[in-house]
Amino acid sequence: MSKFWKWFWGLVLVVPLAAFAIWAIWDNTKLFFITLLNGLTLSSLYFIVASGFTLVFGLMRNVNLAHGSLYLLGGYTGYFVAEATGYFVLALAAGFLAAALVGLAMQVSIFRFMPGQDLRQTMVTIGLSIIIADLLIWGIGATVHQMSAPDWLAGPLRDLPVITAYSKYRMALLPLGILIGVLLWLFLNRTRVGMMIRAGVDDRAMLAATGVNVNMVFAVTFAIGAGLAGFGGVIGAVELSMVPGEDVRLLLASLIVVIVGGMGSVTGAGVGAIILGTAETYGLAYAPTYSVVFTFVILVLVLAFRPRGILGRPA
Amino acid sequence: MSTAAWRNAINAGAGRLAMGKVVVAPLQEAKPRAIQNPVRLHHVVVLAALLVFPWVASPFVTFQIGAQSLALGLIALSLTFLGGYGGMISLAQMTVAGIAGYMVGIFGTSGTAEISLGWPWWLGVALALAIATLAGAFIGWLSVRTEGIYTIMITLAVGVAFYYLCLQNYSVFNVFQGFQQVHPPKLFGINWRDPLPFYHLVLFWSLAGYFFVKYLLRAPFGIALQGIRDNPRRMNALGFHVTAHRVAAYAVAGFIAAVGGVLLVWYNGLITPNSAGTSWLINILIIAVLGGMRHPMGPFIGAIVFVLLQTFAIDLIDRERFNLVIGGVFLAIVLFSPDGLLGLWAALQARFTRRSGFSTPIGGIR
Repeated sequence: MSKFWKWFWGLVLVVPLAAFAIWAIWDNTKLFFITLLNGLTLSSLYFIVASGFTLVFGLMRNVNLAHGSLYLLGGYTGYFVAEATGYFVLALAAGFLAAALVGLAMQVSIFRFMPGQDLRQTMVTIGLSIIIADLLIWGIGATVHQMSAPDWLAGPLRDLPVITAYSKYRMALLPLGILIGVLLWLFLNRTRVGMMIRAGVDDRAMLAATGVNVNMVFAVTFAIGAGLAGFGGVIGAVELSMVPGEDVRLLLASLIVVIVGGMGSVTGAGVGAIILGTAETYGLAYAPTYSVVFTFVILVLVLAFRPRGILGRPA
Repeated sequence: MSTAAWRNAINAGAGRLAMGKVVVAPLQEAKPRAIQNPVRLHHVVVLAALLVFPWVASPFVTFQIGAQSLALGLIALSLTFLGGYGGMISLAQMTVAGIAGYMVGIFGTSGTAEISLGWPWWLGVALALAIATLAGAFIGWLSVRTEGIYTIMITLAVGVAFYYLCLQNYSVFNVFQGFQQVHPPKLFGINWRDPLPFYHLVLFWSLAGYFFVKYLLRAPFGIALQGIRDNPRRMNALGFHVTAHRVAAYAVAGFIAAVGGVLLVWYNGLITPNSAGTSWLINILIIAVLGGMRHPMGPFIGAIVFVLLQTFAIDLIDRERFNLVIGGVFLAIVLFSPDGLLGLWAALQARFTRRSGFSTPIGGIR
């Protein structure tokens, strides 16, 4: 694409958005900024869940459609642990561990026996997602489970400029999302296992040829990816709520984040999560009955101009 | 050499060629005999059974099991066509069917008089088919931009997005209520909603779809599509426009799904967001995989098994646990017989006839 067209399309995108922002700030400053914060905190949750999805996909070409079920599983585990012990941090750890263990079991017992069969693995995850979702309904019921924020994060943060007050818990999600992102970056770029994972994303066969136990790397990646879904589940249990159907919602979010951001790229997941989270929240705030249309339009635009996602690279 | 003879020669050659390779062409092409003598005993038996069935079975069975399986089978057939022969597993086929169903409700008559336009049924159905086919082609255009495993993600995302749109939108899709009382028209003095006429209506369109797909697979378009499935780069080098072929395949599949969707909305008498919800998107995949994606017969077999399970799982176990049963069956099929029930049948046949040098083919999903 020539420089002119890049500028042209950039303007086509930016001008209406800027016009909307100016109008919205002029119309109702408080609403605009609260929506912005809501969008960013939702993005944070989306990023945490979707980064696990993209990690697994990037390395194993395994579209884990049971990712939403793992999210729900982690959320329920966190809920019950928090109820039993009263410690939110324990709930986070339990959610992560529960989902990671299930993910590990899936990898060790099923996926390692069908290497390279992307489509079949994906179908297996569909079957598993149906079964896990139904087992959760069977065991826990279809009622709404709402977890409350821990005491030190309960209540609003007061005396803020413009928006006056905002939920402490939601505010805390912003640094948490950034922290998870930084930790993931450090893990992938500064540790030996991370190096192996990155090498595996680029060329699995070559990685195996250098003597690395690829199955081990796969198992670790799958556990971390699934664990991130469970971790997100505990966060979502407070921010949203746990009810059958949320698994599909988070799966859709992960899919779109990863498609928009670029598949297999953790940074891309961050970009995609911010785009999706803010678009969805602004849609809900300003055009409630068409909000999902914005999501869809973003998906179409990205696929039309960058089929591999914003930060995607050829597989 | 006439065109037909030439085509047969090509097909026979394609069948022989495919036998030697790991990627095996669909069953009927592996057996040139079927082409020379198209009508065989089991065809007659199946057709007779389909025609006799409604006169023997109770109206409940005719309608609930017969008509429903055929309508679902028709939608799953569109996925088999795309997935088994085009190598593109689209989860959005039920979305296309749902769009057709919604359009019938919007353009025709329904219980929601404020939204329904009340146009004549033929106009409504024609518009529904056209719009759904366009939507199918559009989804195809979106998803063929990326390849293989990405297709399943993009089509799932599109399908779920449509579900949420229907759920949120008042003015066109009437939120969670959707459209009630969407019935087939009364024509020639027959109430097409009665079990017997409706069964025959669905049977007619299912057979039409089945033979249309069978014909298409032998036509140059179908052959090229299978070539693209097996090796897109080579087909590209041969001068085929791979993307255009794929989008065209999506349009064809979209049309088949749309016909199935219109029949399904008439069968249910209503359409709601859940009709095109995630579980139904996946159910269509389950039906197609259950039957086997290597023959156009597969989706219908899968649909019969699915509907029987759905109807009678209540007697076997708790009604609420149907998803567990169907999920388990699906998992077992994917794990142990990727070619579905047809593949299982072929494997059994191969075992008993003990044909040497012919290992069980692993086509279809891989």
